[in-house]
Amino acid sequence: MSSDIATSIPRERVRQVVRRPWRPLTIQLLGPLTILGGLVWAVAQPYRIVLLDRDGRGLYDYLFQAPLLAIAVGLVFTFAVAPGLVEDLATTERDDPAA
Amino acid sequence: MIPPPEGAHWVAGAIALLVGLLLIAEVLVGPEVFRRRAWRAYLFPALVLVSSVLLWVITIFSTFSTLHLLAHAVWAQAALLAGAVQLALVRGKLASPMWSLVPAAALFVSGVAFLVHEPNDWLYSRSAFLHHAIGWMLVVSALFPLGQALRPRQIAWRLGFAGTFVLLAVLLFADRDAAPIFGRYGIGGP
Repeated sequence: MSSDIATSIPRERVRQVVRRPWRPLTIQLLGPLTILGGLVWAVAQPYRIVLLDRDGRGLYDYLFQAPLLAIAVGLVFTFAVAPGLVEDLATTERDDPAA
Repeated sequence: MIPPPEGAHWVAGAIALLVGLLLIAEVLVGPEVFRRRAWRAYLFPALVLVSSVLLWVITIFSTFSTLHLLAHAVWAQAALLAGAVQLALVRGKLASPMWSLVPAAALFVSGVAFLVHEPNDWLYSRSAFLHHAIGWMLVVSALFPLGQALRPRQIAWRLGFAGTFVLLAVLLFADRDAAPIFGRYGIGGP
């Protein structure tokens, strides 16, 4: 075939996939950063952790200390919220790259 | 078995922190992705409604002071209203961004209640300082949902709304029933 007539095989248009890798990473970091904040706080103010100083303390002193609550929130977010969110984000980006 | 006030405030701080993290996550991924799973979509309104119920319980026990009783009742009512509107928005019963005016009003009224029911000056104690700080923070933060109502596409309003809850959590975690303002530095206090 003459090259004057033949045209090049049209290349499959490469879809411009907009990836935002920082989004899942940030989601995954939110929980651990919260846990880290609670741990640093517990080290900075160990007298808030009753296990080390039990005299005259009640149930609420054991359970409802602020650093422990912060760690608990971080754990809930890390294990209950973040994985599904990252999965859904990946699914959406795969199905609809413009999202 | 009634928890001490500071313990109740720390639990409230934990709920505020979780709400803040959820709202930040929603800003990061967008509402469409966030609401792909029903339980996640309903989590924020549910937490606000549960907070409202807990605030009503605290209101019942706040008989030591009429001002505390009224303030907690105002917060409970504001949370109930805001939670109900959020629930209706998630359900699709409401659609207009102007409904963001409801959380704006709830934050503003809550902030005013904080300021009104604290009888002491800023530097009287840790608790007084935090009441003033939280009150003014909530009054100013009412601008975020207000901005959402007027310019819903601006991401800054949603981020500011989310940050409000994280800051609220930090301030609630810092609460002590009786303590000088900055602890060992001995600033403030009777």
